[in-house]
Amino acid sequence: MRDSTFKSAFNDRTAKTFMGVLFGATLLVTVLNQLFPADSALHVSAYTVTLLGKYLCYALLALALDLVWGYCGILSLGHGAFFALGGYAMGMYLMRQIGDRGVYGNPELPDFMVFLNWSELPWYWHGFDQFWFAALMILLVPGLLAFVFGWLAFRSRVTGVYLSIITQALTYALMLAFFRNELGFGGNNGLTDFKDLLGFSLQSDTTRVGLLMATAVALAGAFVLCRWITGSKLGRVVLAVRDAESRARFVGYRTEHYKLWIFTLSAILAGIAGALYVPQVGIINPGEFSPLNSIELVVWVAVGGRATLYGAVIGAILVNYGKTVFTGIMPEAWLFALGGLFVAVTVFLPHGLVGLVSEKWDNIKSRFASGDKSPGSENAVEGDPS
Amino acid sequence: MSALDNLRETFRRDQVFDFMRQGTRPVLPGQLDSGTSKNILYLEDITVSFDGFKALNDLTMYIKTGELRCIIGPNGAGKSTMMDVITGKTRPDSGTCFFGQTLDLTRMSETDIATAGIGRKFQKPTVFPEHTAFENLELAMHGAKGPWHSLFTQLSGEQKNWIEETLYTVGLLEDRNKVAGLLSHGQKQWLEIGMVLMQKPQLLLVDEPIAGMTRQEVERTGELLQSLAGKHSVVVVEHDMEFIRSIASTVTVLHQGSVLAEGTMEQVQNDPKVIEVYLGE
Amino acid sequence: MGYRFGRMLTAMLVALLVSVSWAEEPLQDPTAPPRTTTQSSVDGIDIPPLTLQEIINRLTSRSFDKKEAAIRQLAKQDNPRVVPLLNALMNRELVHNRKDDTIALGLKKDGQWELRDPESRQVIGQVDSRAARPVIINNRLRTVINNQLALAALNDPDSDIRYQAAGQLIGNDDPEMLAALAARRHQESRPRVAAQIDTALNIAALHSDDRTTRLDAIDALAGNLHPEVKNALNTRLLAADSSQETQALEKAIARIETRIETFQTADTVFFGLSLGSVLLLAAIGLAITFGVMGVINMAHGELIMLGAYTTYVVQQLLPSSHEWSLLIAVPAAFLVSAFVGVLIERFVIRFLYGRPLETLLATFGVSLILQQAVRVIFSPLNRTVITPEWMSGALEINPVFSLTYNRLYIIFFALAVFLALLTLLKKTRLGLQVRAVSQNRATARGLGIRSERVNALTFGLGSGIAGVAGVALAQLTNVGPNLGQSYIIDSFMVVVFGGVGNLWGTLTAAFSLGIANKLLEPMAGAVLAKIVVLVFIILFIQRKPRGLFPQRGRAAEE
Repeated sequence: MRDSTFKSAFNDRTAKTFMGVLFGATLLVTVLNQLFPADSALHVSAYTVTLLGKYLCYALLALALDLVWGYCGILSLGHGAFFALGGYAMGMYLMRQIGDRGVYGNPELPDFMVFLNWSELPWYWHGFDQFWFAALMILLVPGLLAFVFGWLAFRSRVTGVYLSIITQALTYALMLAFFRNELGFGGNNGLTDFKDLLGFSLQSDTTRVGLLMATAVALAGAFVLCRWITGSKLGRVVLAVRDAESRARFVGYRTEHYKLWIFTLSAILAGIAGALYVPQVGIINPGEFSPLNSIELVVWVAVGGRATLYGAVIGAILVNYGKTVFTGIMPEAWLFALGGLFVAVTVFLPHGLVGLVSEKWDNIKSRFASGDKSPGSENAVEGDPS
Repeated sequence: MSALDNLRETFRRDQVFDFMRQGTRPVLPGQLDSGTSKNILYLEDITVSFDGFKALNDLTMYIKTGELRCIIGPNGAGKSTMMDVITGKTRPDSGTCFFGQTLDLTRMSETDIATAGIGRKFQKPTVFPEHTAFENLELAMHGAKGPWHSLFTQLSGEQKNWIEETLYTVGLLEDRNKVAGLLSHGQKQWLEIGMVLMQKPQLLLVDEPIAGMTRQEVERTGELLQSLAGKHSVVVVEHDMEFIRSIASTVTVLHQGSVLAEGTMEQVQNDPKVIEVYLGE
Repeated sequence: MGYRFGRMLTAMLVALLVSVSWAEEPLQDPTAPPRTTTQSSVDGIDIPPLTLQEIINRLTSRSFDKKEAAIRQLAKQDNPRVVPLLNALMNRELVHNRKDDTIALGLKKDGQWELRDPESRQVIGQVDSRAARPVIINNRLRTVINNQLALAALNDPDSDIRYQAAGQLIGNDDPEMLAALAARRHQESRPRVAAQIDTALNIAALHSDDRTTRLDAIDALAGNLHPEVKNALNTRLLAADSSQETQALEKAIARIETRIETFQTADTVFFGLSLGSVLLLAAIGLAITFGVMGVINMAHGELIMLGAYTTYVVQQLLPSSHEWSLLIAVPAAFLVSAFVGVLIERFVIRFLYGRPLETLLATFGVSLILQQAVRVIFSPLNRTVITPEWMSGALEINPVFSLTYNRLYIIFFALAVFLALLTLLKKTRLGLQVRAVSQNRATARGLGIRSERVNALTFGLGSGIAGVAGVALAQLTNVGPNLGQSYIIDSFMVVVFGGVGNLWGTLTAAFSLGIANKLLEPMAGAVLAKIVVLVFIILFIQRKPRGLFPQRGRAAEE
């Protein structure tokens, strides 16, 4: 049988291709940025480097969502919350790194706290001056929230659209909470004006390239991890839960444990994506929690194609590239395009671009081979027993 | 149900949020304690109602160890609801339901009931449509079922052989790599029976096993079910009288949620109450 | 269907309007006494009565004392021009014409004074801006004028004016005023006005030298909610000269405070009901599309927004009839939203039945498009809808508790829409078909129901109600492209909390969430209250995934 181990997942062809393209592109951008002078035609600006880094963060986030939605059938409309929480954890570390270089020059308190006349650091800000602690929180906070939320939700068998709506309510509630100054996360303005990360200035090109490479490594690692999981028996159980949850229960699986496991892991990946995103864009604010962000993320995965992993990555990069282009040329049209994309993908492209391409590819192959036409149908889904 | 009742139910003090309840983890699989009694399943005074309609009404029934029991009854007699109660899908409003001497099925989850040794084949065949036949059986296989275990587990040669044997038994060896969603209706029925077998259950609940099968397949199903009896206890719900006559030793007739008659096929067929129910209306 | 429903709404609104405009008629008080002729004799010597002009000419004096005497004398005249003249004096519209040393009504126009005769109001000429100067009054004179105006108003035939005048005199200890109040009290037949006068007299009696009078006054004032009463009692408490009086005062103040608390709670509940009715309006259309059809319509909020914009457009098209444009806006909004809803159903949702998650995504896309379309057509800025006269103002129950008309009407309106919908689903043929299709599509089709048509109509109905909700919301908030977004999550919470597919559940959920929100607000602040409610619902759904009023049985488990 083809039960994957971490090693086999690392060695399989899809993963190799994926990593090849990913690292190839990253290296190319790095080389073009570092080796060519700014006036050279081949030079790639720091802006582009950061833009690519941003896309890769989004891709990691999309990968996380694909794991829960594509494989486990949980349409989370609140994944932006985990992304933002990871981002805030990183932002808190970066805030503490500013030290006395802030506007008010207070070595202990971030500017916004001085502005609010706070006299000391709230307890939950302690420890964030250490990178290891911040890194731990980046994993722990989104993971813990997902664990507690998932534990409550999956135990009581909240499924389908109900789950989607309460995940949306979750991120909405968090957004409202983070908008409050009293919460101690900078309120409306969020956390910004970062100076450096682990001693490297965030403004320098080298740091930007470094962050891009770190993001690429994280994405590749997450991709291999997801390949491993989806190729193992765990992955098959998760698919079984997606397609026929009560049947899975009747053959003895605690489906809520599986969902919880996947949901938590996915939240942690989203948190990592957020943490890598913040130093690159230089700001994190409550807007990241907005339900619109989370649902936009869903469309990336839908455009790319669900339950393929690389589809999510492709979708995230394509849609965001489209967004960059569109908002540059005609900003009013972007929301029309995005809205149209939602409708078009769900109605005409249920399997996303990846599904479309593989369908066409199968057609061509079968025409040439004139053999049996591969059925390739994925939607022969039987309903749950009732 | 009135609003007040709902409110009361919500704020019941003895039953706060589910997760705060004390764990009622049952005896582990293999620890089924059937004791010295010859019965394996005890259903006593079970009542289930939906919005005032009583799907089960004081149902009392016992299943003997190793028995092959057939259950018949007109539509709405409560056959499927009874299976739902046994497998934990529906909680009875009142009554007790014991598996062996110690396992109180009314307090166990579907998963716990399945691991304790009750397998169920549904009326409408439910398989994992995007998995191959082989994978369907692998997923159903008896053994540890936690997420961490399944992440690291590798299929042993022994397990592989067992799956292939079962594939052979249910006649799907050739279609082992076919996606289950693409199997014919009859094949899905067989696959589901195979999945139940892979669970190594003590008690099999089989709901309308022969719907959509050819005459030949029906015969094979009958043989299979008969061969299972003895080692396992089997409960079959079926409409097809001929099929039942060919396999059953004991037949239970359900009507309006309770047992109308019980005995051999002949006794049941001559029972005036049964005749009235089936022909009188 | 849409027509019938629209007609029902229209009829209802007309009824409301008629009753309101009737209530706005000034109430003629038949018991108001005829004006008594003011005395024209001083010290028993008959002197020829001064003309109005002569009296006000005395205001040219520099002495405030003399001006006061003139004002008092003016107030005593039995002349309909007295009140307007006093008001003019207050508003600095009575000017001293230096040329002929007279007083006239003056209006500044293009740097010149346009002078009018105080009695006839005829224009008598124009003078340079420096040639005339408004009569200067100080605070003392202002009090005198106000008192005199109040005295005059105290005998006005309109009981509303009398009520206001008496209210103005509360806390006044001028013996002349008190005498006038006491005199009026004997004639007053309106309990409302009489009570107000009693309050004024009792507050004055707190300063009486007679202890029994004081104690009686304290007793009478216990529980009185006029803000002056509490002040007066507290002031008196400092000067109380016996323990009996102190006790009585403390008791009276305590009673006032309890009553204030009670009415504040009532106020909160009223606001809760009002929020609840907004939630009900927003959620009820969703209850149909989500509850009955199982379709998640994320564009529901935008259909509400369309309704609100329809109200705005109708008002723009009929600039002269703000009072009545709402009557047109309600059916218009219903039709616009219903039409868009049917389009959404026909072109998007139809392809996605049975795939709820995809429906959710696609309709979300539609919502983005609608929002952006509105931004492009109407600009991203908020638009204001003018509230008609009959919806502004408040029904004052007592000084601490009043019900604003717009909220009151919205509560009634929401209930009316709810009942109309309930009747529609229960009694009409369409309702029967809708319920049939929602319970078992295949069987319904087998019975010859054209489920496609029923789907489109149901969806149109739900969307139309969203539009009607938009009309109501436009009266409460600004109309902007994000209007719908802010209600969509709340609406879903209401439907899910109440139990999907159960209209009564939606009603209960809307009102309980509205009230809970408003009760929590004073304790936790608006945002935190909202978060608490959201968290509560999230936990509640875990405990009871099928809401307050779940559907049971096999059909519910699919």
